[in-house]
Amino acid sequence: MFDVCIIGCGIVGAAVAYELSRYDLSVAVIEKENDVATGSTKANSAIIHAGYDPEPGSLMARLNVEGNRLAASFCDSLDVPHMHCGALVLAFSEREAATLAQLLQRGRENGVPDLRILPRDEVLEIEPALSGEVVAALYAPTAMIVDPWQYTLALAETAVRNGCSLHLETAVTGIEPSPLGYLLQTSQGFIETRTLINAAGLYADDIHNMVAPPAFHVQPARGEYWLLDKSEGQRVSRVIFQCPSDAGKGVLVAPTVHGNLIVGPNSAPSEGRNDVSTTAQGLHFVRETARKSVPGLDFSANIRNFSGNRAATEHSDFIITEPRPGFIDLAGIKSPGLSAAPAIAKLAVSMLEKGGLALHEKQNFIDMRKKAPPSGRVVCRCETVTEGELRAALHAPIPPRSVDSVKRRCGAGMGRCQGGFCAPRVVDLLAEHYNCKPTDVLQDGRGSHILVSETKRGLCTDTI
Amino acid sequence: METICTVCPKSCNLSVDDRGAVTGNLCPRGETYGRNERLHPVRVLSSTVRVSGAIHHRCPVKTNFPIPKNEIFDAMRLLDDIELIAPVLEGAEVVGPWVTTREMAGA
Amino acid sequence: MHGYDLIVIGGGPAGLAAALAARAGGLREILIVERDIELGGILNQCIHAGFGLEYFKEELTGPEYAGRFIRLLRETDIEVALDSMVVEITPELLVRVIGRDGERTLAAKSIILATGCRERARGPLGIAGTRPAGVITAGTAQRYVNIEGYMPGKCVVILGSGDVGLIMARRLTLEGAKVLACVEIMPKAGGLPRNIVQCLYDYKIPLYLSHCITEICGEKRVEQVRVARVDENRKPIAGSEFAIACDTVLLSVGLIPENELAQAAGIGIDGENIETATPGVFVCGNALHVHDIVDKVTAEAQRAGAAAAAYVKNGGAS
Repeated sequence: MFDVCIIGCGIVGAAVAYELSRYDLSVAVIEKENDVATGSTKANSAIIHAGYDPEPGSLMARLNVEGNRLAASFCDSLDVPHMHCGALVLAFSEREAATLAQLLQRGRENGVPDLRILPRDEVLEIEPALSGEVVAALYAPTAMIVDPWQYTLALAETAVRNGCSLHLETAVTGIEPSPLGYLLQTSQGFIETRTLINAAGLYADDIHNMVAPPAFHVQPARGEYWLLDKSEGQRVSRVIFQCPSDAGKGVLVAPTVHGNLIVGPNSAPSEGRNDVSTTAQGLHFVRETARKSVPGLDFSANIRNFSGNRAATEHSDFIITEPRPGFIDLAGIKSPGLSAAPAIAKLAVSMLEKGGLALHEKQNFIDMRKKAPPSGRVVCRCETVTEGELRAALHAPIPPRSVDSVKRRCGAGMGRCQGGFCAPRVVDLLAEHYNCKPTDVLQDGRGSHILVSETKRGLCTDTI
Repeated sequence: METICTVCPKSCNLSVDDRGAVTGNLCPRGETYGRNERLHPVRVLSSTVRVSGAIHHRCPVKTNFPIPKNEIFDAMRLLDDIELIAPVLEGAEVVGPWVTTREMAGA
Repeated sequence: MHGYDLIVIGGGPAGLAAALAARAGGLREILIVERDIELGGILNQCIHAGFGLEYFKEELTGPEYAGRFIRLLRETDIEVALDSMVVEITPELLVRVIGRDGERTLAAKSIILATGCRERARGPLGIAGTRPAGVITAGTAQRYVNIEGYMPGKCVVILGSGDVGLIMARRLTLEGAKVLACVEIMPKAGGLPRNIVQCLYDYKIPLYLSHCITEICGEKRVEQVRVARVDENRKPIAGSEFAIACDTVLLSVGLIPENELAQAAGIGIDGENIETATPGVFVCGNALHVHDIVDKVTAEAQRAGAAAAAYVKNGGAS
């Protein structure tokens, strides 16, 4: 019996787990995939927004600005790669310049600090690669870039280190009210809990509908990206937005904490919640739109295209409600969800407290995390990742179970050669650690085997 | 028949008639190749074989001489159940036409 | 700090030949730094025959070709650091190495970069679709099959007709996989004609020239690719698309000299000359430019080794 069960270990679920792990409570996180942050959290722009964009008075506005402040402190204490680089919103016409003025006004109402409008010359002085067509820009110095995946891992790991239990590869298939709370039917058996947090992201409506009458519908909107090599990483020093429109915040160009350049996203309806494919048209649109901001972008330096789904619903704001006592929806957490997550978590915990959950602070709460230093031979030559770092990850509170999980934790395989050199070595390390055959090692999620059999009649004797 | 000479990287375009007369070759080796290609094509094959006690689980091997093209898969089958034990010398006989192509020290 | 006459970075064909030539040129203290656990470089996984016709006047396999140089090296006292990666060089000819036992910085009177090349991955191609397991570069597949003894797939489509891709088409076929197609965007195959004949035609593997893969599909593992004919601008022609069901896409779409060490140190490489812009630093083999046959790498590396020897013996003025 748990005091709180959290369904979903994306950034929102991890942030709630972290917040709850401060208290003397039994907390579980249930995640259907084999790692944390496999959905929307994994594939987005990796920006902690300043908060000038959301409508004043909305949950998004309040939680974004508060979340931005919390993120800055968590990234320091939990050793999450981040950079306080600031953001520019570019205007290419007088009409767009008027939009900047509105954004400035909105940002000030939302409580975003230090916003100001920069004239053309000043913009081009601090970002010389920008198009000369720019007429002005809104400067938001509190915008940050972060590794969203590491951010989630750091929060989840800290929660686990403080006693929270994480159940990976555990899908919730049904929820029944029970005398003391809720009984979860999962792919790994039954789990009982007093209270329940729905942080299921793209599947939040499915989970909600197991408990309460339908109230919203997740309508995933896909965003496609280019990730360029470090040779392009210095092209801009800040997050470069174009003026937002009804279609969203538009295509951005930004450095990443790993030194690459990220370009995207578009917004296209998704064919399914698992649909993270890219399309020729989508990538073309992103490329051409980005060139309006930064004409000199070299897309031949591309190392990876990817796409992610925004967990949007028909509601414009986040859905943070308690449709049944002890059951809290944290749904529709689209952008700026990554920015708002720690504030969403605090709000959720205060809602649980109001519902009667007693919060007693732990005496020995561990609120520090330090990644392992490099040691031993180099496994990944592009990113200079050592065997010591890989082995440390394998012994961390949430060890990687696949080659991509290793990549997300340690950076091995993230560089120019995309694992061409190090993948066989990482496969060996995983096989050794889990005492399994290399053919059992996964690229990423369930079923994503890298190798199908041994050579020497392996294909004949294999179960085809 | 028309074929490309594979004896060396010059890759001459050869024409071979039914009696095995070759044209298009720049050297005598091409003539032999072309005639063989028409009358009884052969290939040097390379593969691997299991090895234990070495730094890798496979040791490379090749056929010590060109074998008839239509016997390639039979030759491959010979290797299926062989396992060498390190140390292995280069050029050691394995089975049938197969010899090792590298030395592998014992661990 | 210990000072070497020469540090050779990379123990593949280029590094081996360069070190031996430098020794022949009179250098005494030579170190080869190799990141793998053995010398020979990529030749160790190139188990097919076809090497050495120019240099040795006989046809050798990759391991045999490497073996000849490794045996010559053994007869010298040239030092070898295996399982060691050079992570930085400086214009002052310092070499920072990380090995099993940790990090050390070595001084050298000359450096030869013999770091080889890497394969172009999926990224620069910008192929749309999903990102499942089963998309793998030909050289990585070659390592899995020939060194580790594992098959990366059962039904394979090869993108690009570079030599490694062609060689792997045959190799995978011999090990029981079905290679369904080789798709090349150019109107002409990229690899040597002998490889087209012996690796594709011998096994009746269709070669689609002027075609490209427009989309990779599959959720966990590759399920199919969509292939289209391209026009003279290499753009897919509408309506020409067809699907091939497969579980693996092997990429053989080009090799890129691995010269990031020099780049990071601001050491210019012109892609043609073994001399870099920094006196005392030389480059050879596929790190300089990609060679089609290893014999030419050997010849170039020997020149680099001799040049390094001359440079050091002239007291740093070449």
